Amino acid sequence: MTRHLISIEDLDRDGIEKILERAEAFSEVTDRHIKKVPALRGRTVLNLFYEASTRTRSSFELAAKRLSADVVNFAASGSSVEKGESLKDTVLTLAAHSPDAVVVRTPWAGAATMVTQWTDAAVVNAGDGKHEHPTQALLDVFTLKQKLGKLDGRSIWIVGDVAHSRVARSNILAFQKMGAKVTVCGPPTLIPRGIEALGCDVRYELSGLRDADVVYALRMQNERMHDAYVPSLREYAARYQINGRRLGPRQILMHPGPVNRGVELSGEVVDSPQAVITMQVKSGVVVRMAVLYELLAGAPADDRLPSPEEPQLA
Amino acid sequence: MTMLVCAPAQPATLLIRGARVLDPRLHIDTTLDVLVREGEIAQLADAGTLDAPQGAEVVEAAGKLLVPGFVDPHVHLRTPGQEYKEDLETGTRAAAAGGFVAVVGMANTSPTIDSAPVLGALLDAAAREARVPVGFVATVTRGMQGEELTEMAELRELGAVAFSDDGKPIVNAQMMRKALQYQRLCGGVIALHEEDPALSGKGSMHEGEVSALLGIAGIPSVSETTMIARDCALAAYEEGRIHVQHLSARGSLEIISAAKSAGVQVTCEASPHHLCLTHEDVRSMSTSMKMNPPLREEHDRQALIAGLRDGTVDCIATDHAPHARDEKEVPFEQAPMGTTGLETAFASVYTELVKPGVLPLGLVIDKLSAGAATMDLPLTAIEVGRRADLTLLDLEATWVVGEHGYESRSENCCFAGRELFGTVLLTVAAGAVAFRERSLRLAAAS
Repeated sequence: MTRHLISIEDLDRDGIEKILERAEAFSEVTDRHIKKVPALRGRTVLNLFYEASTRTRSSFELAAKRLSADVVNFAASGSSVEKGESLKDTVLTLAAHSPDAVVVRTPWAGAATMVTQWTDAAVVNAGDGKHEHPTQALLDVFTLKQKLGKLDGRSIWIVGDVAHSRVARSNILAFQKMGAKVTVCGPPTLIPRGIEALGCDVRYELSGLRDADVVYALRMQNERMHDAYVPSLREYAARYQINGRRLGPRQILMHPGPVNRGVELSGEVVDSPQAVITMQVKSGVVVRMAVLYELLAGAPADDRLPSPEEPQLA
Repeated sequence: MTMLVCAPAQPATLLIRGARVLDPRLHIDTTLDVLVREGEIAQLADAGTLDAPQGAEVVEAAGKLLVPGFVDPHVHLRTPGQEYKEDLETGTRAAAAGGFVAVVGMANTSPTIDSAPVLGALLDAAAREARVPVGFVATVTRGMQGEELTEMAELRELGAVAFSDDGKPIVNAQMMRKALQYQRLCGGVIALHEEDPALSGKGSMHEGEVSALLGIAGIPSVSETTMIARDCALAAYEEGRIHVQHLSARGSLEIISAAKSAGVQVTCEASPHHLCLTHEDVRSMSTSMKMNPPLREEHDRQALIAGLRDGTVDCIATDHAPHARDEKEVPFEQAPMGTTGLETAFASVYTELVKPGVLPLGLVIDKLSAGAATMDLPLTAIEVGRRADLTLLDLEATWVVGEHGYESRSENCCFAGRELFGTVLLTVAAGAVAFRERSLRLAAAS
């Protein structure tokens, strides 16, 4: 595995499978009464979050803690970022504490890559703007493998606001690497020009959705109304909502959360047996455990400490 | 009165011996000795026939290329207000190092160049600090707000080379129309940054496959093309004269080509970065690759090259846009738009387009100084009796951009780290030596 996890593009199919196998092994830990292993004892994981996030941040925090790592959470609000400190200066300051891994979420594409220049720590991209969210894609693949065994030849539809979704970009890449065929579907105003270059099909209507093995709905954000991407939530829901009428009994329904019930998903499908949304959340912890383990446990431990034999400077 | 000013300098007396002299506009391409006496081109003679007069510096230039000095109609000198990015001295030093003998500074400074006192103070400062002659455009609208015309007639009398709100488009068509009407009184081409801000939105790179992959909001090429179509129509209607800056899209060239055929008075420029790079170079999300208009697609780049060849594109202009390191050392979407370009203009175009045989050398040399005409400035020429405005080039030498730093105060160069062919050995601007490459400095000292 590479030294950092910035993009699904950094991984090949073998690399993805290696992480998923590791996650599978960690699944057993989370079902124990004592949900903890000493794999990363003495290592420090820094969560650097420039955007509001509850599920991703807590998922990384739980993952690190279940591996016995020490976790420091840094949120941009209430910090010197509000006093105008740059990303570079914030990272340099926090890097002075010698974290072993930095998990970074920002509203800016490419920011996680920049962070790698300013710290020796392994960097995990937990979302950079609308670019990528690779651990989300890995946990989605993990979830699907549990349900389907293999993704080869499966048809996956990603439905909704593709333009503003880092989840969509990472998932298109990851699902295809695992052998699935991806179709993106949404209003033309929310499908970015040129997206087919990623290898996916583009549709503007849900007709044909029945052929999908997996329906992956994206969150429809309210602010898209203000920017006139769609005329109304009502019309959006009428055209693109996944509901009981549109979802087949053997299709799997996924969503990255948080769900807007009644907008991209109807209440009944969220609660239906086809929905694996809470399973995705559960997969999140074990997959992130696997990512942190692969990045940190592979590296020589305690390499910054002088060995006891070496003379110590006074 | 159009005015180019620079700090006083010793007029040069130089014998440039045995260079290949290439002046495409005068159809000269032969090996000559060129004598510059007291800043004026005094004699052109067969190579090896001229003797250096008393006190003359001799430049042995066999195997080197002597061309009319380059003129850049579009640079940002950041003065007044943003001297931490560039000032008149560093900006014109970068120009001289790039072989430019005259540059035209844009008016999106702080404060903007929108009144006689601001322009007057700048011209005074240039007369103290500028290494090569520099002229300034004044803004079309006060504070570049797009709401009221500046006192264009007074600004023009004081020496504004042209008018431009560069950095911003003139969004209101009626304002644009009034500026074209007022141009009948005061003259001066109106240079246009063409972009529809509603279409550009929050975009920070070209809208296409790469922006789709990176999840970065795109600036569609029609944002430029639609505004150019509007302004060509207005210029035709008012019989005004416009110059379209930093052309980037194929569709825009089609509009300008059609307008030119219809007799509209429109000229346009292309930048070295739009001629050499595409949105593929933005994949790395390097902020040096962020500029406005953005790097576009290969077919756009090819259209610009074809435009240079068929004359639709009148000149090459750098849009030299310096920014401080800390401003560019931020995530791509937060970074300011712009790349420096003065020091790499010739070498980048020579390496990417001339050396592979895409464009003839003479054409590129012509286009690197033809910007003078678009701004009503005299064209440089290698002709006896003319003031010496000359650039001596070494086409064989290679260099790595940025390896030894820059003359510019800023280092945000999109070509940084590339190995390029073509170095500038000597720049003679307004009759004085403005730049000497190190080897020549040693020769001059010995």
